[in-house]
Amino acid sequence: MTIQRFNWQIWVGFLLSVIAFLSYPLIFVRFPVTRDFPWANLLLFGIAAALLLVGVRRAFAPERRRRSKIAGSVLATLGVLILGFFVFAILIVSRWLPVSHGAPQIGQKAPDFSLADTNSRTVSLSELLATPINGTTPKGVLLIFYRGYW
Amino acid sequence: MDKFHEAGIHPVAISVDSPEINERLSRSLSASADTFTFLSDPKAEVIRRYDLVHEGAGIDGQDIARPAEFLLDSSGTVRWVNLTENYWVRARPEQILEAAKALR
Repeated sequence: MTIQRFNWQIWVGFLLSVIAFLSYPLIFVRFPVTRDFPWANLLLFGIAAALLLVGVRRAFAPERRRRSKIAGSVLATLGVLILGFFVFAILIVSRWLPVSHGAPQIGQKAPDFSLADTNSRTVSLSELLATPINGTTPKGVLLIFYRGYW
Repeated sequence: MDKFHEAGIHPVAISVDSPEINERLSRSLSASADTFTFLSDPKAEVIRRYDLVHEGAGIDGQDIARPAEFLLDSSGTVRWVNLTENYWVRARPEQILEAAKALR
């Protein structure tokens, strides 16, 4: 009976592909250099893919048991699926945004509006433009539209 | 983000979220959010008027806002705008503060 050595490459490769995926929304999105293009994550995926490849080759070595081959195939497939989902979710879906040709452009007046604040008090844009900051008239207002937490 | 107030700018955040959710959000963002005004546009009416509706993109398929930032001067005229093409990529505070320098 031969003692089979633990196929660490396949497990580390799989774990690394999970980390490569999660580290984008959890860590790398906070820094502009790693956010605007997810090169850090793609690098991690590259390392993960290399490990998975080595792991699969080891798993399919003639002396390995069937269980090892199954585990190797499953983990490698999951790793590839995670990469596919990453590319789809982070690089493709995030760009499905409306073009917004009708949005106010530079030099145009921003349409006035009234909306409820966190105390359910109605606040208008013209009011905000006139609300002093530390006792002086504001130079302007920054409108940030965001998707929300739902 | 007291930097915005130092620059004489009122930061205003607008989404379809209710005032209650905004209240929780602003509290979770701690001191930095003190200067922010969170406004609630549950029916996306203002978002529609600004042509920023992302149809059916909410978790339950509701219409929400696509991310966008506008810097207005004191007359309400747009002086700087950022309509991102990728919702992970938003304007950075430095970019906005740089643009705010041109306001009088």
